[in-house]
Amino acid sequence: MRYAMAVDTRKCVGCSDCVVACQTENNVPIGYCRDWIVEVTDGTYPQLEMEIRSERCNQCVNAPCVRCCPTGASHFADGGIVLVTQTECIGCGACIASCPYDARYPHPDGYVDKCTFCIHRIKNGMKPACVDVCPTKCLYFGDLDDPNSDVSAVLRKRKYKTLIPEAGTKPQLYFLI
Amino acid sequence: MTTRRNFIRISAIGAGALIAGAGSYKILKTLSKPEELNNLKLDLRRTATYCEVCFWKCAGWVYKTSEGKIWKIIGNDEDQNCNGRLCPRGTGGLGMYYDEERLKTPLIRVEERGKQVFRQATWDEALEVIAGKMKEISAKYGPESMALFSHGSGSAYYTTLFKAFGSGNIAEPSYAQCRGPRDDAFTLTFGEEVYSPEITDIRDTKCLVLIGSHIGENMHNGQVQEMSDAIDKGAVIITVDPRFSTAAGKSKYWLPIKPATDIALLLAWIHEIIYNEYYDKKYVEKYCTGFDKLREHVKDFTPEWAYGITTIKPDQIRSTAKEMSDAAPAVIVHPGRHVTWYGDDTQRLRAVAIINALLGSWGRRGGFYRPARFDLAPVKLPPFKAPSREWSDIFPGKYPLASLTVSNAIIDATVPENNPAYPVKGWLVNGTNLISTIPNTPNTLKAIQNLDLLVAIDTMPMEITGWADVILPECTYLERYDSLRTGPHRRPSIALRMPAAEPLYDTKPGYQIARELAVKLGLQAYFPFEKQEDLLDWQLKQAGSSLEEMQRLGVKNFDREADDLYFAENEEVEFYTDSKKIELFSPYLESLGFDPLPKYTQHPEPPEGYYRLIYGRAPMHTFSRTANNPNLTDLMDENSVWVNPKVAKEWGLINGQYIWLKNQDDVVTDFSVKVRVTERIRWDSVYIVHGFGHKQKQMTRCFGRGVSDTQMITKVLVDPIMGGTGMRSNFVTFVTEKAGEEVAS
Repeated sequence: MRYAMAVDTRKCVGCSDCVVACQTENNVPIGYCRDWIVEVTDGTYPQLEMEIRSERCNQCVNAPCVRCCPTGASHFADGGIVLVTQTECIGCGACIASCPYDARYPHPDGYVDKCTFCIHRIKNGMKPACVDVCPTKCLYFGDLDDPNSDVSAVLRKRKYKTLIPEAGTKPQLYFLI
Repeated sequence: MTTRRNFIRISAIGAGALIAGAGSYKILKTLSKPEELNNLKLDLRRTATYCEVCFWKCAGWVYKTSEGKIWKIIGNDEDQNCNGRLCPRGTGGLGMYYDEERLKTPLIRVEERGKQVFRQATWDEALEVIAGKMKEISAKYGPESMALFSHGSGSAYYTTLFKAFGSGNIAEPSYAQCRGPRDDAFTLTFGEEVYSPEITDIRDTKCLVLIGSHIGENMHNGQVQEMSDAIDKGAVIITVDPRFSTAAGKSKYWLPIKPATDIALLLAWIHEIIYNEYYDKKYVEKYCTGFDKLREHVKDFTPEWAYGITTIKPDQIRSTAKEMSDAAPAVIVHPGRHVTWYGDDTQRLRAVAIINALLGSWGRRGGFYRPARFDLAPVKLPPFKAPSREWSDIFPGKYPLASLTVSNAIIDATVPENNPAYPVKGWLVNGTNLISTIPNTPNTLKAIQNLDLLVAIDTMPMEITGWADVILPECTYLERYDSLRTGPHRRPSIALRMPAAEPLYDTKPGYQIARELAVKLGLQAYFPFEKQEDLLDWQLKQAGSSLEEMQRLGVKNFDREADDLYFAENEEVEFYTDSKKIELFSPYLESLGFDPLPKYTQHPEPPEGYYRLIYGRAPMHTFSRTANNPNLTDLMDENSVWVNPKVAKEWGLINGQYIWLKNQDDVVTDFSVKVRVTERIRWDSVYIVHGFGHKQKQMTRCFGRGVSDTQMITKVLVDPIMGGTGMRSNFVTFVTEKAGEEVAS
């Protein structure tokens, strides 16, 4: 089992619904977020191109945050999801520094927090909150080992890229282009 | 002119098979292990609501923790408006409830108006003051001298109250400051407006044309969803906008038009469609009148002619006209929503309606569908007294086509020097922040100083409340019942809003406020149900449902009476115009002395060193009303002024720098605004998102954050046909130093 997500940059309008849905679902304190929007514009008026991406933890196969965690709080859960055990985290911030995607933040309660792919929901057969809320349906989630999952199907059909592949982290967040 | 609507009405009892209504508590199964939910203990209750953060009114469920704390709001899967997916504002709607800076108690002004010194009052006392003043005004000037400005769900109750009181001065800024020209232009042409949610069949369109309409930045939920579906299916999107909008970024064609020249482009498209015989001949012959006059009218409006005006290259105009015709009739030249731009807006929207008629998209799959709505049984009320003077009598002969009250005309009429036919002495303002909604704020403030009574009803201490004599705090939509939502869609439906929690503080639901005021005015007969839930239950029982059932379902959908979402092949259709046809040429406009066919008029251009101010929406905010919502402010807490890099270089402006804006009338923004240097805006324009630059200190999250476009809109081009306020007529320049003030940090 290998959980992954694909983001359709051609459909995403950058509305930030994924951000606020994650914040309410996961009780993320105001002022912090586990996912966010990036907009990139290329060219000169009026020859322009724009890419909008909903970004979050890349749930890397080769995750530097897990490797560098001194207490073992950062770990791989079922399906390759990178999690932080709050009670084991000492808030040292090594993982934050090691992440090429800047996907982690120090929670005011003293531990480091990040996207969990809403593991509490997927264990119950639901999709992550951001996927379920997205008005443009630009987020695809599922098990890459299952050829019939939404994410497998869309990655077979569409061209995609990952972010900062040169970091060698084997990210599992794919961007459809 | 007939304005009858051709909704497919579903009779109240026994009609239409129930489609929706699984209604079971899905949550029981899916959240079987609540202990895994990030320490949040859940109880299994969820309450039905429909959203009040914008006019789309998506239906959803409010979930609470076991402590009874509102946790999250999720879309209702059965709802056609949202298909189970709320937008960021709906998801963040709980911030309205949690905002600790809400209005908490009735307040009565104690010092001079605008000084904002109030004392706390009981509801009884506050309503007594209002009723007393209303009676005084009525006795002295007549009941028409009371005017209502309203927005949102409460409108229905205060409208009943005002009609019972004897005043027809009932205005919603959503008409003359927003969609009025569109609805009147489409009614002139097709005999019908485009409704809300719009009847655009984007889901099945093959070509979507957006003219200044920025779907995706305006988060009209169902439309955003359907545009995304259309992208998936490979639909062609054509966007006409001086700004590289989000939609432009998803378009096959982006036409970076010179602002204020859209009618020239539309006329050139009509020329291309007619002279290349792209139009739907059978449709035009069967359903339209005035084609020959239109053909003659657009003879000289070639793409070359339009190029000189719009800066859009002739080949681009030709290829986009061809794309539209290739897709026809599954093509939508979108009517837009906020369309009060240059004062000739009804004519521009007439041109939009005409193109849709030529391409045969009205009444066709992928074009415009026929709406259906559920018709609730009306509550029997005593007859309303016909007002002896209507709002249109204030300025006789003006805005002959205005189908709804023109808010700005009422405001003008409140200033005695404008010589209105009768005085306006009292305003009741519900859920609309007139300071931010109506252009030319100094005029609004002048009007306010002439009032004997100003009542403001809101959930937040918006600017307008600061000028009020009495402030009434309404509870948020999460704490109240409201009228049933029966708005139009592909299928008739009913949606329920019910309280998820008791009202916080000393706040009350709108229905109760209106009813209690009615009682004090001796008008309780117009509110026969003391509790709104009893009224809803009665209405629902007439409809074969009940409050109990709707509390379980949230949304109930019905079948259409007939399979007539689109025109049938060769169907005889009677349009609600005088000729019963689609009127390409409008004899009605001609009879009133207006152009019967749209013409291009040149509008003033910015003087040297000034830039046209264009404003718009951000997906996480609704106008100025969400500006202090903690969840939404967290996503965007200020606007920025978009400046083209060439312009920035000329002025030495850098990205992130804070400056002030000054308009052609030397008005300088109260606050400074961050510069966003971006290629996404034309060099002759600047852009800001509407709704920022709040001046009300009680709202600490938004006070002084960004600037208000409304403050810069002091020049208004009024549409002579229906009174709309054209607001894209202002020019601004940059001010880097303001005496005695520092930029925001």
